[in-house]
Amino acid sequence: MMIFTLAQRELRSLFLSPLAWSILAVVQLILAYLFLTQLNEFLTLQAQLKMIEGAPGATDLVIAPLYGSATFILMMVVPLLTMRIISEERRSRSLPLLFSAPLSMTEIIIGKYLGIIGFLLIMITMISLMPLSLLFAGSIDLGLLAAIVFGLILLVSAFAAVGLYMSSLTQQPTVAAVSTFGILLLLWIVDWAGGKAGDDNASNLLSYLSTLRHYEGLSKGVFSSADVIYFVLFISTFLILSIRRLDADRMKG
Amino acid sequence: MATTLIHVEHLSRHYGALQAVADVNFELSQGEVLGFLGPNGAGKSTTMQMISGNLAPSQGSVKICGIDLLEQPKLAKAEIGYLPEQPPLYRELTVDEYLTFAARINRIAKNKITSAVERAKQRCGLEEVAKRLINNLSKGYQQRVGIAQAIIHSPSIVVLDEPTVGLDPIQIREIRKLIRELGKEHGVILSTHILPEVQMTCDHVQIINKGQLVFADKIENLNQRMQASSLIMSVQQSPPVDMLTAIEHVTAADDLGDGRWRIHYPPENSPAAILATQAANNNWGLYELSPEHKSLEQIFVDITTAEQPAPENTPSEEHAA
Repeated sequence: MMIFTLAQRELRSLFLSPLAWSILAVVQLILAYLFLTQLNEFLTLQAQLKMIEGAPGATDLVIAPLYGSATFILMMVVPLLTMRIISEERRSRSLPLLFSAPLSMTEIIIGKYLGIIGFLLIMITMISLMPLSLLFAGSIDLGLLAAIVFGLILLVSAFAAVGLYMSSLTQQPTVAAVSTFGILLLLWIVDWAGGKAGDDNASNLLSYLSTLRHYEGLSKGVFSSADVIYFVLFISTFLILSIRRLDADRMKG
Repeated sequence: MATTLIHVEHLSRHYGALQAVADVNFELSQGEVLGFLGPNGAGKSTTMQMISGNLAPSQGSVKICGIDLLEQPKLAKAEIGYLPEQPPLYRELTVDEYLTFAARINRIAKNKITSAVERAKQRCGLEEVAKRLINNLSKGYQQRVGIAQAIIHSPSIVVLDEPTVGLDPIQIREIRKLIRELGKEHGVILSTHILPEVQMTCDHVQIINKGQLVFADKIENLNQRMQASSLIMSVQQSPPVDMLTAIEHVTAADDLGDGRWRIHYPPENSPAAILATQAANNNWGLYELSPEHKSLEQIFVDITTAEQPAPENTPSEEHAA
């Protein structure tokens, strides 16, 4: 399968650069610190929590905040991972290798996208090892954890799709990174404005566009197909835009 | 006649108002090496990009082994190997890794990948550097990796855009040898602005200038155009001009100083033998007598600066040939 050959090459090249390793290390370090502070707090509160009927457990008090921070950190990190994916190839003029091989633009884009997704899955797996380590000490709500992880995967896949498209627009990786981050941040906070304006229709529309809104449900363990469809549409839109952009390279030259 | 590998019809390309390539037609048969000559910005690279499917033509069609490149790009591209001006390399990979990747994306069967990589390395002389990072290789080796990538899937057509630019003379000689070898099995299209390169490696030559084909013919015919119509003679004691012009077939004699003369004569009527006899009889002290070749550069300039190409050089003759 050509797509997987391309994805494999992309993933390999990522790991051949120090960037990927340092991102993995930094993200892991920060989240581990947050995880440990959260855990420490939970342990001091544990005695009092036992008195309360139906009190929130470790999953709610430690794991949910951990993934909450993870979404925000990944929003800053994903643009750095995706910035080079096409712009770098354009700059080093290695795209003709792919263009003159019997590959369609769709295969090239999806292959590259899956390469990035592969890397992000590795990162999410490493983050998830921390909450899973709590299983040695007690029980956690595995259903809720699964919903949160699933939500996070959808969310970062959406981030990566935006990053891929931005990277296909430029020759400069930094431009791609900055504009990706800008778009992600805007989509994150877009529902704030709507809430303040007081106009119900506008605020509904804006909050519907917000990626955060659709992630929130999943992060609380509510699996809504509307949210999943939102992410699927979001990702396909940016992938199709990237395919069209790459095809335009061939037309414009 | 051998099978037609590539058939280009009315190929045109413009970037905005700039017409980069205008109405180019040509064919390439198996076992031929076609040289594309032209000054910088003549449209060589644009043509190459269009043939290899990297650039969509504004007008016209490209057929690879009878398959239309625009209608069935995947099938057609499987028959092409392309080396752009700058080799498309992943510098963070080793030569082996890179060639394996190139083999995979060109849809070589899994069990044949290793042998295809070995063969490409051997043909391009890359065995010694197989385990090294492409980034650390010299320009010449990187160029060879680029060629290896283009021939790895044994395509019917190999398109090489200025393959010898930036190489040292020994590497140039090796690459030219490789191109001639490739020409035995594949059809090769090669672009260059170095005229002797075309003379040494190509069977057919096309000269492109300002996007238009101004000359398309066999290399022998180009050589014929270079036929001498003058001699260079060096003597110790110069004879009077009248004596030289009096000799049969000599139309004019220019004194170049220090006993050197340029003797003009009508083509195919060389007075060399008579001159030698005269020189011996009159004790001129002859020590050099050689036909003067019209340089390829001269012809190139003649053709590319001509307002209108001579009718016998129009591309249509290429098809008839």
